[in-house]
Amino acid sequence: MELKEKIVSSYVAFENKVDMNSDIHEIRSKALQNFEDLGFPTKKLEAWKYTSLNAVLKEDYSLFPEKENTIELADVKKYFINDIDAYKLVFIDGKFSSFLSETTHDTFDVCLMSSALAKPKYKAVIENYFNKIAKQDNLTSLNTAFANEGAYIYIPKNVEVEKPIQILNFTTGSEAAILLQPRNLIVVEQNAHVQIIERHQSLTSHPALTNAVTEIFAAKDATVDLYKIQNDATNASLVDNTYIEQKSNSVVSVHTFSFGGNITRNNLNFYQRGEHIDSILKGITIIEGKQHVDHHTLVHHIEPNCESHQDYKGIYDERATAVFNGKVVVNKEAQKTNAYQQNNNILISDKATINAKPQLEIFADDVKCSHGCTIGQLDDAALFYMQQRGIPKKEGKALLMYAFANTVLESVKIPEVKQRITKLIAEKLGVDIGFDL
Amino acid sequence: MLIAKKLKANSINRMLKIENLQASIDDKSILNGLNLEVKAGEVHAIMGPNGAGKSTLANIIAGKEEYEVTNGTIELHGEDISELAPEERAHNGVFLSFQYPVEIPGVSVTNFIKTAINETRKAKGLEDMPAKDMLKMIREKSELLEIDRKFLSRSLNEGFSGGEKKRNEIFQMAMLEPKLAILDETDSGLDIDALRIVANGVNKLKSKDNAVIVITHYQRLLDYIVPDFVHVLYDGKIVKSGDASLALELEAKGYDWIKQELV
Repeated sequence: MELKEKIVSSYVAFENKVDMNSDIHEIRSKALQNFEDLGFPTKKLEAWKYTSLNAVLKEDYSLFPEKENTIELADVKKYFINDIDAYKLVFIDGKFSSFLSETTHDTFDVCLMSSALAKPKYKAVIENYFNKIAKQDNLTSLNTAFANEGAYIYIPKNVEVEKPIQILNFTTGSEAAILLQPRNLIVVEQNAHVQIIERHQSLTSHPALTNAVTEIFAAKDATVDLYKIQNDATNASLVDNTYIEQKSNSVVSVHTFSFGGNITRNNLNFYQRGEHIDSILKGITIIEGKQHVDHHTLVHHIEPNCESHQDYKGIYDERATAVFNGKVVVNKEAQKTNAYQQNNNILISDKATINAKPQLEIFADDVKCSHGCTIGQLDDAALFYMQQRGIPKKEGKALLMYAFANTVLESVKIPEVKQRITKLIAEKLGVDIGFDL
Repeated sequence: MLIAKKLKANSINRMLKIENLQASIDDKSILNGLNLEVKAGEVHAIMGPNGAGKSTLANIIAGKEEYEVTNGTIELHGEDISELAPEERAHNGVFLSFQYPVEIPGVSVTNFIKTAINETRKAKGLEDMPAKDMLKMIREKSELLEIDRKFLSRSLNEGFSGGEKKRNEIFQMAMLEPKLAILDETDSGLDIDALRIVANGVNKLKSKDNAVIVITHYQRLLDYIVPDFVHVLYDGKIVKSGDASLALELEAKGYDWIKQELV
């Protein structure tokens, strides 16, 4: 049976299992219908022209593994940013692990989507926010149809969450192949502040496909910083659909570090509904082998006097392939918009590929929109210069690559995250240097 | 690694010996049988008209890969270095002050020199230099070259003036303490004050154990860094050698008389 049919026919069983909430039930059913009509994306769609899921969709995924799997903390400790005190939401094969997690309901909620969807206490928030900005496209609809588990984070007005929140999704390999569909909802009320670190990690070589949807609402004056660490096993694929709505004077930053996995597709969407909003989208991609990373970003400037800052750096070796599609839409009303987009790429090998596409749709006439896109190689003259000073070629290359990507790291606010990323980059590049630039 | 052990006797103080060096780039012959011998403690100046092969010689000694050495040998301390990678030559004490130092955005002067020193130490089987010693050395050497501390945290050569770039080259030379320093047109782009600072720096680093090759168009630099030997490079060969007075003669008469002598 094809994956699509298998998924659609499993729906009734799924609905019977989860707590039925009439509103959500309707949303899910509609989404399933949507997915049934649209099917999986193919390369015929402009948005999927350079990313094919065909090979990934051939696996016989287990959809709703029943088994509660446990893992030892010692085995997965390295995937946490464990030198900082943090709230943790840990999911193992899609199931919440209370043992590895640290949740809270003190002044704000860091808990489970499944309980938020089921319990009356959260009804108002769910009604106001759940599935309000997520697109009706094929993969988001697929996630919505089976939306049940994930992170639920609610930060009330004026609360500054002092500890970061880590969301970790592990796959153990207990199934031959697994499809996971985490669904996250993050609501940050007026003048509240939160930092979130998100990671998907497969612990085996068994195929895993994650189709994640995250909705983030940043109210007036709110600040949200999200760090996505993507450094997964070579048989793990990820489609990350993130939707962010911002109100006046809010600042939201998303840093995406894509260092590995099979196919990684990031659909990152910002909607600015208010004035004096700042949206920050940054990314470092370093891949090799046959890895594929696709960044599709959208910043929709809907109202005047807002800013957006995009800076994506990519380094591709061997037969790695990558896509950067950065779309900026400026509505007619969105005068005085400042939208910046940088996308710089280095191809290390002749066999690596980058498809870069800045896409600007500007309907207002008093705006500053800039985009710069470069594709190049490492500077041989700089390499010789470094070698002449005693720095071997490999270390010299690594230093050049690190310096190239460093503009993205400068805006990382959590020092431990910055250190971790620096370490991961050194590991990726196979060198033992500190990079304390 | 090249250690002086087995070279005692006759070549103890011979630093560099180049014999019949022939080299080309893209099948264009640039060096046509060049000979040069430099002993420890000496300063050699290499002068010559544009296109004579001066920078090529400097780059070939440093190991730049674009050039193809078709014949001849380059020995450092009696060992052939022509097959060594640029960094290995650097580890053996070769330093080239670039005519056009390369800009490396995102890497600070301090971190670059730290990395260079520690990679050199690593190649010699030594531990990293303790941070305290490194800072002390950076302070001393930057004072020697009258370099502002703020300058050290800037990206390497990025947006530096011509004079700053050259001063930074000599600062790195001071930090790395090479055996053989080749200064490729270090005087170009320098005003007279910067020239004096750079030349003073070089003079203070000179000792009986190291050697300097100064490549220049002009006598001006040689007023400050006084050479023991002056060579004229023309058409890929050294066609005339003499003492410091040769530089003065070239300054006064140009190169045409030498070209005519050769005909």
